[in-house]
Amino acid sequence: MYVELNNVSKNFGHFQAVRNVSFGLEKGVLGALLGPSGSGKTTILRMIAGLENPDSGDIFLDQLRVNDIEPSRRGLGFVFQNYALFRYMTVFDNIAFGLKTQKVPRDQIRQRVEELTALIGMEGLESRYPAQLSGGQRQRVAFARALAPNPRILLLDEPFAAIDAKVRRELRSWLRGMISQLKITSIFVTHDQAEAIEVADQIIVANLGRVEQAGTPLELYRSPATPFVARFLGDSTVIGDYRVLAGFENAPEGAECAIRPEFIRIYDLQEPIQYENSVEDGEVVSLAFRGDSIETGVNVRGFVLTAFRSLEKRPLAVGQKVKVLIYRLYAFDREQALLIGNNRLDDVADGYRIGI
Amino acid sequence: MSAATTGSKAVFEAAALEATSLAAGGPAATVLKTPAAPLFSRPRPNRPAYMDEGRLLRRGLIAASFLFVFVAIILPLAAVLSRAFGHGWGPFWAAATDLFTVRALKLTLLTTVSAVAANTLFGLAAAWALTRFNFRGQGLLITLIDLPFAVSPVIAGLIFILTFGRLGWLHPLLTAWDVKIVFATPGLVLATIFVTLPFVARELIPVLAARGADEEQAAALMGAGFFRVFFEVTLPHIRWALLYSVILCAARAMGEFGAVSVVSGHLRGKTITLPLHIEILYNEHKITEPFAVAAILVFSSLLILLARNIVETVAKKERYLDVR
Repeated sequence: MYVELNNVSKNFGHFQAVRNVSFGLEKGVLGALLGPSGSGKTTILRMIAGLENPDSGDIFLDQLRVNDIEPSRRGLGFVFQNYALFRYMTVFDNIAFGLKTQKVPRDQIRQRVEELTALIGMEGLESRYPAQLSGGQRQRVAFARALAPNPRILLLDEPFAAIDAKVRRELRSWLRGMISQLKITSIFVTHDQAEAIEVADQIIVANLGRVEQAGTPLELYRSPATPFVARFLGDSTVIGDYRVLAGFENAPEGAECAIRPEFIRIYDLQEPIQYENSVEDGEVVSLAFRGDSIETGVNVRGFVLTAFRSLEKRPLAVGQKVKVLIYRLYAFDREQALLIGNNRLDDVADGYRIGI
Repeated sequence: MSAATTGSKAVFEAAALEATSLAAGGPAATVLKTPAAPLFSRPRPNRPAYMDEGRLLRRGLIAASFLFVFVAIILPLAAVLSRAFGHGWGPFWAAATDLFTVRALKLTLLTTVSAVAANTLFGLAAAWALTRFNFRGQGLLITLIDLPFAVSPVIAGLIFILTFGRLGWLHPLLTAWDVKIVFATPGLVLATIFVTLPFVARELIPVLAARGADEEQAAALMGAGFFRVFFEVTLPHIRWALLYSVILCAARAMGEFGAVSVVSGHLRGKTITLPLHIEILYNEHKITEPFAVAAILVFSSLLILLARNIVETVAKKERYLDVR
């Protein structure tokens, strides 16, 4: 493991910000520390950077324990949440700063800065001041500044938080592309699950100071290890007694379950239904246009489930009676999460196949 | 319900419209009147019409301000200058180049420069400590920095007499070391430092606090030491505030009378600064001299004021860098 945390804990007074956190990242991987506010994700990042000292546990970077190594000697690049660009320095001087402190010769600094401004697509803007740049440009300068001294690891604290939604998507894929091009091991902090899923190779989900699960986005999405992960990734609806739902009568017992929008299909009453007895009666309670689909809330046995309905399908109206098919759901008790399929669907499907 | 809401909104808008036209003397009148109205009694362009005070009150407030400044500042200054030059350039020049005047001027410059230098260092240190560290007694330190503004300068002078004077508790030590503080230049400098102590710190604390430490942190993370962080990251941000406070501090230090008067001992040619010199000349019933020396102080004040305005203008021009 290139970056490794071993039982790391950190308290602020009586508040346990980070509790026995362990995880590792391979070289060249882009990792996301994902969690709600107060989950300890930023504290973890700051401890890797050396901006905070862990109370206990070890942090290894490239096999070397760095707990007692000064932040500036850890070979890290750090992009602050608000970028913390030097306002009174030009873009050039901002990027050159880390090289100057390392007493790199002048002509080499110039060469490196030129290289980086070209990389971030900002040639010709070297003499601008941060105030004269757009939010996206500032982020790119912050990125170049962190990269200038050739760090082994790049750390980014909520890199997209300060940017408006429209530019954010662009910057996400830009940063993703940049990091894979440079093959630099990177960790970024985010509270936005969509962002983590889209950008990261590995996601470390933090909650209440603990790591809930670490893995690839697909792993986390497909097989959440804890209720928290199941709930946090994807727009799930969480309901209690799921065994009343058609097709889940014989499902293993659990405390509650999460149903993702993509697990649900809504039929209006005229649409043919393949598996008649696997559906529930429902009533449309809300409709929200989402651009590519219509987010539809349906009331099924008193639970309001969220589903996406294609714009290609017949439009629904609030109050309309519909049929609702639930393909599967995540059931969980305190310890584990289970993916449970609609068994009537399976029965019918099996019967159907045998019949033919 | 919705009809009622729309209705009340319409009423409100109509009222607002009416208010606008009333204040401006009707929409048609606005076009004709506005250019002719005198510059000094118009509301600011962005001042909403419903906040208009009315022309009479507006003019009254402006006139009162000018009148007050004229009576309290312009008139006395004019009096000083007319007395200084009342008998022509010759007597003024004689008084200004008098040996004691020159010595007083030199001493004033010396105390001013020393006091300003000391308070600049102190102000930077205190502002940095108060805005960058957490420590016990922060509140106390802030309060103490303000103390010289609250204490009468005469008392400030007395404090030093009681500390370093013949009856003071540090006097035996000073005699042993053969150091003279009271009735000598060090005393004048100390008294001036005391009186002007808040200027630099007071100006820098809010600037440093508002700016936050994130850029400093970023610089430190990239391996910059304290001095590099301070000179390359922090100082550019506070330089105009610093210069501004130094200028104000210098202005106050030069004109200091009360505290200096107490610790001076009035040794002519030795511990007399310009303000003290003026008093002495005045008490000697000289006609031109006190006013001539006063004119020197007035001129230097004007120079300082000019410097301050230049600093303010330049700082304003650079403010665009702060836009986030």
